[in-house]
Amino acid sequence: MNTLVGTGSLVRLVLRRERIQLPVWILVVSGIVAATASSFASLYPTVQSRQELAASIVNNPSILALSGPAQGLDTIGGMTEWKYGAVACVLVGLMAVFMTVRHTRADEETGRHELLGAGVVGRYAKLTATLIVVFGAGLAYALLIGFALTAQGLPAAGSFAMGLGIGGCVWFFSAVTAVAAQVSSSSRAANGIGGAVIGAAYLLRAAGDSAAEDGPRWLSWLSPIGWSQQMRPFAGERFWVLALFVVISVVLLGVGYALVGRRDIGAGLLPERAGRPSGVFGTFGLAWRLQRGILIGWTVGIVVLAGALGGISQSLKSILDSSPQVAQALQHLGGQQSLVDSFMAAILDVIGLAVSVYAIQAALRLRAEETAFRAEPVLAGSVARLRWAASHLAFALIGSAFLLAVAGTATGLAVGLTNGDVGTQLPRLLGAAMVQVPAVWVLAGIATALFGLLPRLTSLAWAALVVFLLLGQLGSLFQLSQWALDISPFTHLPKLPGGEFTVVPLIWLLVVTAALTLAGLAGFRRRDVG
Amino acid sequence: MTTAISVSGLRKAFGRTQALDGLDLTVTTGEVHGFLGPNGAGKSTTIRVLLGLLRADGGRAELLGGDPWRDATELHRRLAYVPGDVTLWPTLSGGEVIDLLGRLRGGLDPKRRKDLLERFDLDPTKKGRTYSKGNRQKVALVAALASDVELLILDEPTSGLDPLMEEVFRECIARERQDGRTVLLSSHVLAEVEALCDRVSIIRNGKTVESGTLAELRHLTRTSITAELGSPLSGVDTMAGVHDYSAQGNKVQFEVDTAELDAVLRKLTEFGVRSLISQPPTLEQLFLRHYEVSA
Repeated sequence: MNTLVGTGSLVRLVLRRERIQLPVWILVVSGIVAATASSFASLYPTVQSRQELAASIVNNPSILALSGPAQGLDTIGGMTEWKYGAVACVLVGLMAVFMTVRHTRADEETGRHELLGAGVVGRYAKLTATLIVVFGAGLAYALLIGFALTAQGLPAAGSFAMGLGIGGCVWFFSAVTAVAAQVSSSSRAANGIGGAVIGAAYLLRAAGDSAAEDGPRWLSWLSPIGWSQQMRPFAGERFWVLALFVVISVVLLGVGYALVGRRDIGAGLLPERAGRPSGVFGTFGLAWRLQRGILIGWTVGIVVLAGALGGISQSLKSILDSSPQVAQALQHLGGQQSLVDSFMAAILDVIGLAVSVYAIQAALRLRAEETAFRAEPVLAGSVARLRWAASHLAFALIGSAFLLAVAGTATGLAVGLTNGDVGTQLPRLLGAAMVQVPAVWVLAGIATALFGLLPRLTSLAWAALVVFLLLGQLGSLFQLSQWALDISPFTHLPKLPGGEFTVVPLIWLLVVTAALTLAGLAGFRRRDVG
Repeated sequence: MTTAISVSGLRKAFGRTQALDGLDLTVTTGEVHGFLGPNGAGKSTTIRVLLGLLRADGGRAELLGGDPWRDATELHRRLAYVPGDVTLWPTLSGGEVIDLLGRLRGGLDPKRRKDLLERFDLDPTKKGRTYSKGNRQKVALVAALASDVELLILDEPTSGLDPLMEEVFRECIARERQDGRTVLLSSHVLAEVEALCDRVSIIRNGKTVESGTLAELRHLTRTSITAELGSPLSGVDTMAGVHDYSAQGNKVQFEVDTAELDAVLRKLTEFGVRSLISQPPTLEQLFLRHYEVSA
């Protein structure tokens, strides 16, 4: 086993580097599971009150698409799983991807791996140490969530099934990333592949969960997030589904390890191509070269996401058409059009959050360039600091607006082409998507402000996004006061399509964005670089 | 004679670490100035202040007649910089980086670019992530040397270069000096400094400890003397400026401060000199003396 020599020391190294992030992730995600359960317990104390809520959900395919299958909704545990299970899977999936890349491909990219690999360290030790910690984190989620829910008096079987479903997602996404980290030669691309797999997993289960009886419900089974829901916590647990996580993860790991054994340290699978011997571009040209790959990747991802969700909205419509009782039941909620509209509004909220990831990523490229010492030679040239900062912020601002326009166009076309009224749907959904722009820009502004004023704490921009996501998803459930909900820029957006358009909050969001951006730029002008 | 770089009493702290503690540096226009000091002495910090990347806490710094912080953009048109540890954009080819950096400065001479690529034997089509350390260094060097600028700021520019390439580098710097350019060269390669520099400044713990021409600095150091005399020597070991004295019969060995050399030699002749070996201080000794005190 000398290919694994040194794994123990490397495990300690990984734990040392993750000593803050890892516990924070585990405590926050698990803590919210516990808090969600106790909120439901106080809001819906009786079986009857829960059944009433369940009745309004079961027949509403749009809610099923966004959250998950309606099962066990007459229990507190079942409601917790339905409301938060999929969100938790996405969050822990992101943790698994970032953490796995950070200790594998990112270390190779920076040359740290080489430093370690020259010691008494086996070929597979680094990957193994990383996986031990991340898989351990998955187990920690499972146990912590299991105990936290059991402690609130929920059935142990369901509690641990939910915990294992979430922990299983950690395993799956970490295993996928172990492969991605071998295939791509940059950590950015490996993170991108991992993120895309999470997005696809969410989409597949959304399509499957909202499908009609005779529709493609099997799609949910192609998704690890679907598996965690198909374990049916609190609704007749199916623990055998756990085997899917284990088997598929093991297969993926086998592929990952095989690739490690076949390639050189630092190299990807694709051979490096020669570049052009010369090329003339300036500061903005450089930013374009550095940012275009990511923007193209996001554009493709957003087209798929928006198109697919737009398509799902049409299948909702056909379900509603085929069932007069459901349509009648929904009539008092505002009728079919309003139902589809509210679904589209919810989709655009999700897309707004996704595009915020891009906006933060693009803005924080400034910090990445700075810490890699690549800002230094540029700023030692005749380039004003603000010009250099602007070259990347342009992508954060214009790029995110562009992505939202793409999203609006894609949903508009998907809905319009199936309905045969592109003329009305396209401008309507494009407008609704563009309403997200000011809220997304606030996140770019936060990232810029942190970059200029607190450059070592730029990762707080990601924390802000997670807080806004949770406020939007769970704020009303926790009965938070309005001012707490108002912290999130997304709270202030008019609910389009269908809702009433108000311009004042959008202007305020733009003012906040401008203030944050200017503060960040002013700070960057006067602070040290490096 | 005008000054290209003029720094006095420069101070910069990072948290509790005092990186620069009253540093002085004067570089005259047209000279190649060696900038020396042990690791962590503050060389790179000084250079970053001069580039306007760091803001000094106190003291005065002037670069090409301007303020390095306030006039950064205009000044950078007139200088080129080679960092000690060159990191390139992984997806850009070496040729693209050279053109980019050249364009961000005052501009690039295409003929010199071509000539330098040949002399440094650099393939400009390779991507940034595939270059070795030495080749990354060459990319930055070609970009700097092909630029049409007045001042070159080089932070350990030859680290990672093979001896052949070091030689090419020396030729290039010699040509830069002929063309009247000013060079600030931070380096640990003493032979390189000796061959290239008109004047040197040695810094330690953020302060300048020595500055002058190499001849001047040599004067401040010791010459080692080995002599055989007609009769046993006495009275020399207590003279001012004599160090590490050892005697064996008529043979003696000691070091003497160069300033006291004359007096000591007069004394020696009183005892009848049969043989005398005098060794001037090597540059290594010069630096070791300064570097060791800091440890």
